[in-house]
Amino acid sequence: MLLIDCPYCGKRPEIEFNYGGQAHLARPQQPSQLDDQAWAEFLYMRANTKGVYAERWRHSRGCGQFFNALRDTTTDQFLAFYKRGEAPPALSGEGAPPAPRERSP
Amino acid sequence: MSRQSFSGLSLIWRSLSKHRGWQTQWRKPEPKARYDAVIVGGGGHGLGAAYYLAKEHGLTNIAVLEKGWIGGGNTGRNTTIIRSNYLFNESAALYDHSVKLWENLSQALNYNVMFSARGVMMLAHTVHDIQVFKRHVHANRCNGVDNEWLDPAQAKEFCPPLNIEDNIRYPVLGAALQRRGGTARHDAVAWGYARAADALGVDIIENCEVTGIRRNAGGAVEALETTRGVIHSPKVGVSAAGHTSVIMALAGVHVPLESYPLQALVSEPVKPIFPCVVMSNTIHAYISQSDKGELVIGAGTDAYTSYTQRGALHVNTHTLDAICELFPNFRRLRMLRNWGGIVDVTPDRSPIIAKTPVPGLYVNCGWGTGGFKATPGSAHVFAWTIARDEPHPINAPFTIERFRDGYLIDEAAAAAVAH
Repeated sequence: MLLIDCPYCGKRPEIEFNYGGQAHLARPQQPSQLDDQAWAEFLYMRANTKGVYAERWRHSRGCGQFFNALRDTTTDQFLAFYKRGEAPPALSGEGAPPAPRERSP
Repeated sequence: MSRQSFSGLSLIWRSLSKHRGWQTQWRKPEPKARYDAVIVGGGGHGLGAAYYLAKEHGLTNIAVLEKGWIGGGNTGRNTTIIRSNYLFNESAALYDHSVKLWENLSQALNYNVMFSARGVMMLAHTVHDIQVFKRHVHANRCNGVDNEWLDPAQAKEFCPPLNIEDNIRYPVLGAALQRRGGTARHDAVAWGYARAADALGVDIIENCEVTGIRRNAGGAVEALETTRGVIHSPKVGVSAAGHTSVIMALAGVHVPLESYPLQALVSEPVKPIFPCVVMSNTIHAYISQSDKGELVIGAGTDAYTSYTQRGALHVNTHTLDAICELFPNFRRLRMLRNWGGIVDVTPDRSPIIAKTPVPGLYVNCGWGTGGFKATPGSAHVFAWTIARDEPHPINAPFTIERFRDGYLIDEAAAAAVAH
């Protein structure tokens, strides 16, 4: 079970949380301007990164807040937690994995 | 190429001659520089596609590239449930095509895959379940797929260990039974297809990871870069389960997949006690008994995407809670092993078996938590798609573009859970 460090409440077990999928997906500003391909990208396409992934969690059986995390999907190790609306923190230092991408190449 | 044929007689002969002289099941060839077609991923679906390409489409200069070893991926990690009682016409056609191939697979491959049509019973615990399952029964009947409704007493008669008392948290209110459903020996499926494909000249190359996909000036697939050198091929079929996103990204193709850990566990082996397969989507219990005697139990997916091939213990205990309530006499059984695999899940929980925007690149993915049952049917239509560069009528609806065009095959909504 993951130990998740809620930015509001501190470290809590995974069963207090709900997973929210890929982070930083903004709803299109001009929905009427989008073609079908762009809608499909927004609705269905996810990066599914093997490596560092920016994702949303909700402390649904705690404070109820959404927040974001960086997790390495090859080890399930969390690298950072940050509040929603904030940019993902830069990961530095020797051996640090590369910064997350919004989309896999 | 000569190969040993298996039969009861050969087994008796070999046992009388002290089991000397059994041959290896498939060769260990060095990869050639050029093939007519290459399958990426040596699981059941990939090996099966290679077999049908060689058997039915006459392509024999082909290779299957496997990152690990044959039978080490999801083919050897699943709970071996086979059924075809899906709601939508497209799904019923695909999965029933598979069940029909399962029925004669041992004879076709000359390899005992131990397919056992012992019946798959899906339990209903709520009024909603009853309505949904009855709708499935009727829809299946229209599609020629067997599925019948049982009341609790009939369910108990079919599966005597089942607890149908009304004092449990989610009492059994009825069940849908597909008698043609059942189980098969998962390792044997991979080995049987590998052996049969090898005998037709297919090169099965293990420990060979694809690291790049080269495309020519026209954008078509030209060659694969692998850990065992560059392999040229005009046709590449990707059948890489949880790693499909990673492989497809090498060619710049984006597929609507998310990779989740899915766990399973087995109990200590016991004498035959469990005659069928029982599934409960509502309370997440999936159970059968292997011929070795272990109770084979499937858990749900973990909540988050991951490539680790492991998950959290609470997902398993959640399933065991349900198993213990439905089958009280299993409460004192000890669990022997648990493990995880990585499954690729699509938004509508239906697979993708299709051409891609890249000429010469084909993909068979998105089987989520239920790919084993479809192994022969999926492999058969995938081979057709690769050989003819157009989909078989059965897999024609299972495109990537259905997400753009709005033609989802929404088994996720039909079953209300991953399956």
